[in-house]
Amino acid sequence: MKEELIISGRMNPGIDPYLNLWHWQIPIYLFLGGLAAGILFFAALYSIMGKDKEMPTTVKWAPFLVPLALTLGLGALFLDLKHKLFFWQLYTTIRLDSPMSWGAWTLMLITPLSIIWVASYVKEAIPDWKWKFAWLESFEGLVIRYRLALAWALLVLAIILGIYTGILLSAFNARPLWNTSILGPLFLVSGLSTGIAATMWMSKDPRERSRLSRIDLILIGIELFLITHLFMGFLASSAVQIEAAQLFLGGQFTVSFWVFVIVLGLLFPAVLEILELRGYHIPMAIPALAILIGGLIFRFIMVEAGQITRYLY
Amino acid sequence: MRYAMAIDTRKCVGCSDCVVACQTENNVPVGYCRDWITETVDGTYPHVELELRSERCNHCDNAPCVRCCPTGASHIVEGGVVLVTHNECIGCGACIQSCPYDARYSHPEGYVDKCTFCIHRVREGQKPACVEVCPTKCMYFGDLDDPNSEISVALRNRKFKDLAPEAGTKPQIFYLI
Amino acid sequence: MKNSRRDFIRISALGLGGVALGVGSIRWAGATTLLDGEDGVPDAGMQRYPTFCEVCFWKCAGWTYTDGQGRITKILGNADDPHCNGRLCPRGTGGVGMYYDEDRLKWPLIRVPGAEGDTFRRASWEEALDLVARRLKEISAKHGHESVALFNHGSAGHHLSTLLNAMGSDNIAAPSYAQCRGPREVGFLGTFGASVGSPEPTDIRDTRCLVLIGSHLGENMHNGQVQEMADAIDRGATIITVDPRFSTVASKSRFWLPIKPATDLALLLAWIHVLIYEERYDKDYVARYTEGFDQLREHVKAMTPEWAYGITTITPEQIRETARAMADASPAVIVHPGRHVTWYGDDTQRSRAIAILNALLGSWGRRGGFYFKTAPKIPHFPMPEFPSPRWTWKDKLNGRYPLADLAVSNVLVEASIAEEQTDDKVVKAWIVAGTNLPLTMPDKEQLIRAFDSLEFVVVVDTMPMEITGYADVILPECTYLERYDELRDSPHREPWVALRMPATEPRWETRPAWWIAKQLGDRMGLKAWFNYSDYTEVLDWQLRQLGSSLEEMQQKGMMKLERASGTLYLEEGQDFAFNTPSGKIEFYSHMFEAAGFDPMPVFTAHPQPPDGYYRLIYGRAPMHTFSRTANNPNLTDLMEENNVWVNPKTARVWGLRNGQEVYLKNQDEVVSSFPVKVRVTERIRWDSVYIVHGFGHSNKWLSRAFGKGLNDSELITNVMVDPIMGGTGMRGNFVTFVTEDLGKEAEA
Ligand SMILES: Nc1nc2c(c(=O)[nH]1)N[C@H]1C(S)=C(S)[C@@H](COP(=O)(O)OP(=O)(O)OC[C@H]3O[C@@H](n4cnc5c(=O)[nH]c(N)nc54)[C@H](O)[C@@H]3O)O[C@H]1N2
Ligand SMILES: Nc1nc2c(c(=O)[nH]1)N[C@H]1C(S)=C(S)[C@@H](COP(=O)(O)OP(=O)(O)OC[C@H]3O[C@@H](n4cnc5c(=O)[nH]c(N)nc54)[C@H](O)[C@@H]3O)O[C@H]1N2
Ligand code: SF4
Ligand code: SF4
Ligand code: SF4
Ligand code: SF4
Ligand code: SF4
Ligand SMILES: [Mo]
Repeated sequence: MKEELIISGRMNPGIDPYLNLWHWQIPIYLFLGGLAAGILFFAALYSIMGKDKEMPTTVKWAPFLVPLALTLGLGALFLDLKHKLFFWQLYTTIRLDSPMSWGAWTLMLITPLSIIWVASYVKEAIPDWKWKFAWLESFEGLVIRYRLALAWALLVLAIILGIYTGILLSAFNARPLWNTSILGPLFLVSGLSTGIAATMWMSKDPRERSRLSRIDLILIGIELFLITHLFMGFLASSAVQIEAAQLFLGGQFTVSFWVFVIVLGLLFPAVLEILELRGYHIPMAIPALAILIGGLIFRFIMVEAGQITRYLY
Repeated sequence: MRYAMAIDTRKCVGCSDCVVACQTENNVPVGYCRDWITETVDGTYPHVELELRSERCNHCDNAPCVRCCPTGASHIVEGGVVLVTHNECIGCGACIQSCPYDARYSHPEGYVDKCTFCIHRVREGQKPACVEVCPTKCMYFGDLDDPNSEISVALRNRKFKDLAPEAGTKPQIFYLI
Repeated sequence: MKNSRRDFIRISALGLGGVALGVGSIRWAGATTLLDGEDGVPDAGMQRYPTFCEVCFWKCAGWTYTDGQGRITKILGNADDPHCNGRLCPRGTGGVGMYYDEDRLKWPLIRVPGAEGDTFRRASWEEALDLVARRLKEISAKHGHESVALFNHGSAGHHLSTLLNAMGSDNIAAPSYAQCRGPREVGFLGTFGASVGSPEPTDIRDTRCLVLIGSHLGENMHNGQVQEMADAIDRGATIITVDPRFSTVASKSRFWLPIKPATDLALLLAWIHVLIYEERYDKDYVARYTEGFDQLREHVKAMTPEWAYGITTITPEQIRETARAMADASPAVIVHPGRHVTWYGDDTQRSRAIAILNALLGSWGRRGGFYFKTAPKIPHFPMPEFPSPRWTWKDKLNGRYPLADLAVSNVLVEASIAEEQTDDKVVKAWIVAGTNLPLTMPDKEQLIRAFDSLEFVVVVDTMPMEITGYADVILPECTYLERYDELRDSPHREPWVALRMPATEPRWETRPAWWIAKQLGDRMGLKAWFNYSDYTEVLDWQLRQLGSSLEEMQQKGMMKLERASGTLYLEEGQDFAFNTPSGKIEFYSHMFEAAGFDPMPVFTAHPQPPDGYYRLIYGRAPMHTFSRTANNPNLTDLMEENNVWVNPKTARVWGLRNGQEVYLKNQDEVVSSFPVKVRVTERIRWDSVYIVHGFGHSNKWLSRAFGKGLNDSELITNVMVDPIMGGTGMRGNFVTFVTEDLGKEAEA
């Protein structure tokens, strides 16, 4: 029989008996960040492609969610900080090695830009809207003139943000579950998918919806492919990673992962979307909600389970 | 200069003096610790083996905790010692997540804390508190770049291992076996 | 439950004593870690004060450090001190927790009887001291001065002994004799004419072979020995550990002999057999210094390794191989006398066998064996002769335990029980200072009967330990970090004197024992024996006699004196008169023979556990001292409860899982008050279970220790008393597991 014990010390709260440091705030933050990135990516993309007429929700209306999502996300992140009064230290330096750092800077840039983006569509949404100050009016004019440039900026930043929410976790080699290069693309794709789901849900235009739906199906396909590879990778890897995979293959996260993430969050909406594309009438809210919930739960599970897995030595 | 520590598992009795001494020297609140003791038992009675280890931050040469720190609060000073500047730390926990040894903890005041190699003592020419107190004198501390330091001598004369080398962190605490 | 006169007071509804419960994380040092620094920069205002540690009885000298605000921050060893060489053990380092424990006794408490059970009320020192002095005077007037007994352990004992002796009583006992070292002192005395004493004069530093019979150095954290053992490991010395449990030191030993418990004497005799019949003993030494070799040779003739194998489960090859390893190292070999040796009631004879083995190996008085210790001679502060008592504990032996050379605590307990009091030599009042008898004495039943009979009990303690629950008056002593005490005069290789001085004012209304003793003495008309207003006068006088002064010692902490007695080791060919009847080391003990005991140890078999029962063995954890540290915030942080160690085979039979809570029930149907968690481990024989002593506290005032773990003492109801010196053998108890939830925690 083998025993491995910590016989003294090491009952540091939040660290022992297993890491329990990041709670709901981080998955919420990752989810909202991914969602915002997804919405902005497609908004910017279709805007650049000049499709803002065909895809009005994607380009104009869905982005209204973004400032809200980003602010809430940042709020969640802030709540997670244990030494809050020193928050500003984030913006005294840029550390390229630290995803947290460039994530913080990306958010610093993308949040105001997203506000500007939606502000430039306010008048289209509320026709008799007047800006309070004259300089705002002239600024709006400027923005609308350079919207294409803004779209490019947002496209780039949205990609960075998406990748960031993905690799935040996978940068932590210390947690075997997160220690895989698949996690980054997976979170990115999942973020795009949640962005599309939200947009789809908002869109009233069946053509826009079916276009989005088709993209989403592709994304779901990619996600399933990545998840398969994730597990194959784990199982072919070291003992700690096999153990990590076991959490989902019989371990404590098996049910929540397979039921909520795979079935509810991926397969079920995929089937509904296929049916929809085949002409059946499906209320868009159902697959959209399923994708959003699946994406959220996926992040909760990954954050939680990742903290349980640790190196053995 | 490269500070490192070697701990002789043949002598360590797991008494945990190094843990209390660290707490009283460094004002670590009761209920928290910067170092800790593990016990590994292997075999079947009466053929049993026991290893006791005093563990702490490994002051890794390739320290993920420093790399992932968004503010630079986690940083490296002379001799490769990894430190946290408390008033630069925002308590984001990234460094805690990045440490394969779970050597860091969140101090009740919010910042992240961990072993400092007692740099305040080392700078004054003293040894770390845990090394100084250990009743079995099983810990060696010093400069790896100095071939005559007690740690260099210890590592030259004995077989040793480090923990979780596969994590790639290049730990600087060695266990003499 | 029987309604006894002196019910143990659990927590009183009054909650008097103002005990602060549920202290969470305690920060013992003042300033929080500086926010602008990378690390807590050492305080510029740091001060240090000499002390010697009171967390156990090894008495390491050290320094108490205070910060700029005068708050105690840490305790470090004194580099001059041979007991610790500048390194305290974890308990000494964690001694700060004794000072900062918010559950400490804070002011005098007096028992108030009540319909719903007694309670304590807070009292002033004046009132409490007056009451104690009056009651003690009344009782000694009525039943004789000798009717007041003192139970003590540690420094407080010295001051209160003066009080008792001045009163005219010498009924003073410490559990460190009959519950601890007594048997080995007598066994070695009968062999070498010298007892072992504390610290043990084992020259581990230079040994080539260390043999540990149960002694679990490394868990038994007696500092100097552990340090020297580590040095010995470094030097590649052979360690042989005999223990039914794979102790820490067993894991560092070349040989681990997992003996069947209670059979050590057979192994020792077989080793003696091998040394003699393989002619591997130290012939010169034996010829020059010993007596009775031929009788010994005859005596062990049949005690072959093959004979011992059947008894001990240790194979003949292992026995021979280890005997040869000892002989190879001779005379730099130590068969350690052990310390807590009251195991099976024949412990004095087992200790005799250990002494004989050492004599055969020529290790007594030899480098790497046992050195000749020397203690500093500290002059006594002038005071009148003590009156001689009419009777002492010796008169209560009634022909039993003839070789007891120190007071046998259990005999004094017995003399306090009304039904046992057949003459006028009775004990009616107790002073208890620094010993937690309910967790220390086996046979709780007997102890409770004594409490029921006693007219008055005063407890001088620092913590609301179980013993305080039986007190009529509780007098709170301050901790060792807040007081002066008698100078340390423990023996060692060189004679060193150490000073203990306060690093800070006592917290709350606690007072040092010297002050308590003097206050009582003054009130009882015994002023002449307390002829000073402050203990510093005594210390200064003594230190000046030694050529120093209090002032100087407050700076230095320690002073070394000249070695007064002879050399550290026997010189080559030196003649030496041992303090035995024959003047030689006695293989054949005349002292034992004269007292009517086997002159050479004889093996007798002890009962082994019946089916479904396991032998209860116990020991130490390095970070705790008995029950005294169980509530220390720093040390409970390291280990907050004990576990019961169970071999996986046994666990399988019972379906026990790691961490599962069980109660233990002994052969007399006594069930533990609290459940204890199971540790399934290969580190123990399948026929025994092991727990660390000192846990399972039942006093709720101990906010951290209450109900944590299991109290072994309450399961020790079968006491195998050593007929030679009265030691209470405590390892003849067998336990079984109670796996259902008895919910006892709530009611206790
Ligand atoms: N079941 C069982 N019983 C045993 C043992 C065992 O292993 N198992 N071991 C035996 C041995 S070897 C021994 S030596 C004895 C030891 O037995 P004890 O001497 O009774 O040991 P402790 O449990 O340490 O009790 C010490 C008491 O002193 C108090 N105290 C601590 N510091 C001070 C102080 O500065 N001043 C005063 N006035 N009081 C103080 C503590 O609060 C506590 O109440 O126990 C023996 N009994
Ligand atoms: N940390 C710490 N250190 C201490 C103390 C403390 O409270 N805490 N107390 C001090 C005091 S006063 C004393 S007396 C000493 C006691 O320390 P020791 O003298 O070392 O203690 P023992 O109780 O004799 O030994 C306990 C060991 O005996 C083993 N054992 C049990 N039954 C048998 C048996 O039948 N045969 C053999 N060979 N071994 C057996 C147990 O498995 C355990 O490993 O410790 C001292 N040191
Ligand atoms: S103080 Fe030394 S012997 Fe004790 S646990 Fe720490 S390293 Fe081991
Ligand atoms: S042990 Fe952990 S905290 Fe220490 S340097 Fe390495 S990764 Fe960083
Ligand atoms: S918790 Fe503090 S030290 Fe750790 S990564 Fe965040 S800012 Fe850096
Ligand atoms: S080196 Fe200093 S900070 Fe690090 S564990 Fe030892 S005592 Fe603690
Ligand atoms: S051995 Fe430890 S507890 Fe005992 S006196 Fe020394 S330092 Fe104190
Ligand atoms: Mo003892």
